[in-house]
Amino acid sequence: MIRLDLKTFAGKTFKQALLIAYVLAVILPFTVMFFATFKSMSGLFQDPLGLPDSFKLTNYIELFRKQDMFIYFKNSTVVTFFSVGSILFLSSLVAFGISRMKGRTGAMLFAFFTLGMMIPSQTSIIPLFILMSKLGLSNSQLGLVLVETAFIIPIGVFILTGFMRTIPQEMIEAAQMDGANEWHVYRRIALPISLPSVATLAIFALMIVWNNLLLPLLLLKQSSIKTLPLKLLEFKGEYLTNYPLLFSAVVVISVPMVVLYVFLQRYFIEGVTAGSIKG
Amino acid sequence: MKTRNGTLWLFIIPGLILYSFFFIIPAVSSLLLSLTNWDGMTYQFDWVGLKHYGDLARDPVFGKALGNNVKFSLTVIIFQFGLSLFFAILVMKNTKLNVVYRTIFFFPTVVSSVSIGFIWMFVYDPNIGSLNLLLNSLGLESLARSWLGEPSLAIYSIAFVQFWGHTGQVMIIFIAGLQSIPKDLYEVANIEGASRWNAFRYVTWPLLAPSATIVLAYTTIQSFKSFDLIIAMTDGGPNYASEILSTFMYHQAFTYFSFGYATAAAVVLMLIIMVVTYFQFRLLKADRVVY
Repeated sequence: MIRLDLKTFAGKTFKQALLIAYVLAVILPFTVMFFATFKSMSGLFQDPLGLPDSFKLTNYIELFRKQDMFIYFKNSTVVTFFSVGSILFLSSLVAFGISRMKGRTGAMLFAFFTLGMMIPSQTSIIPLFILMSKLGLSNSQLGLVLVETAFIIPIGVFILTGFMRTIPQEMIEAAQMDGANEWHVYRRIALPISLPSVATLAIFALMIVWNNLLLPLLLLKQSSIKTLPLKLLEFKGEYLTNYPLLFSAVVVISVPMVVLYVFLQRYFIEGVTAGSIKG
Repeated sequence: MKTRNGTLWLFIIPGLILYSFFFIIPAVSSLLLSLTNWDGMTYQFDWVGLKHYGDLARDPVFGKALGNNVKFSLTVIIFQFGLSLFFAILVMKNTKLNVVYRTIFFFPTVVSSVSIGFIWMFVYDPNIGSLNLLLNSLGLESLARSWLGEPSLAIYSIAFVQFWGHTGQVMIIFIAGLQSIPKDLYEVANIEGASRWNAFRYVTWPLLAPSATIVLAYTTIQSFKSFDLIIAMTDGGPNYASEILSTFMYHQAFTYFSFGYATAAAVVLMLIIMVVTYFQFRLLKADRVVY
């Protein structure tokens, strides 16, 4: 009996040790990075790992004064806001249409939209780049918003259609008896009921658009309209990288997502998981 | 009935136009563009048939990128699959502590890959990087390396970062799968005197097949689509040692402006992903159990 307890105790301790090792593997790189933002370049070389002498905001101040970080922050906010808005609006409309359609048309449209989840985005970027140049939409945030929307609509339709198909038909029929048209049904029944999955999609889209590098890299060339991840690339020096400054920028980019994650973990985890499950 | 579907089209058309115009048409155009010698700048181009595909086959840099991609993807798939399953089993019960663990493990997913890339570029730094400093302090100086600078090592160093960042993400899929297995099956296994390993082998594993398929397919696609990390950490260097298909095609297009050639590489990338996912689903479907 005692031996058995010992065995389970040893097992539990070993299990916790493994879990804590993983926790440290996740947290330590972020901690080292965060400490570096309070050091000078020479301070970092003298003591790359330790606590900073003081939590001076010198690097953050330089970031906003000399590197115009406000502009890039604003650019990212504008692009993300409009992209997420149009993703939610358009995919909920499509999902509603598909879930209400009779016959095979709905199923075929669903297949056509979700096909986009199988095609890697890299495949279409070159023709897309040419198309956007011809339309005069390259080098514009509007162009980026349109493309971000087009790329995330498949996942949006996938998540929302699944949910809207579960809305009881009797509910819709009752509303129609009272004279509601399709728009009313969408606006007053389908959308409010689907709110949890709309929230999941919103968080997912927010994270993807905010962190996206590929599409801004493709479309935004002019410095004043760049988004944060794109600006971040510029901090990498050819020979010597100013890590304290670079990492301050990393913190600035990450803070909005981290704060949201702390409060809305459930939606993050649901959103990313829903986005990864295909067919 | 017909008029009802008619109204519904109004809901679908805006999304349909945007999606077709900015996603599907460009994707299909890739196939056509890969058969031309268009440079994307002028209006002149000739059909060159499968010439680009032949050139790809002979291009040593493409060969290198393909080889690197295989090394990268296999490393990521093996470790991400194994570790996410292992840790999912450890934290599958919904206790408060386990929820905290899951939240921390998932955390890197929330941070942009460019940021993650830069953080690890610093960790891997040969002089002031935490990894070498750690090895030195443990008396393992001989293991210290230029993790991103040595051509034979760079691609594996980046692969580590890839699965470091996403193990906690796909672990969630395994947890959902594990939690959906009926508990009485384990009780039966217990009564029959099955060992823990046998319970895993004959109860957990077959019932986990759907989740395993998703994790495997998703991890594979994710590894082939990886781009930001490499652009941030090495940009494909040193001397193409960490170039993979996605960065190869990007560099061909936007560094050398060989659009037709780059789209041929893009088509190869798309085909590989489709074939790999198809076989994974076939393979794991055979093992699926209905209960």
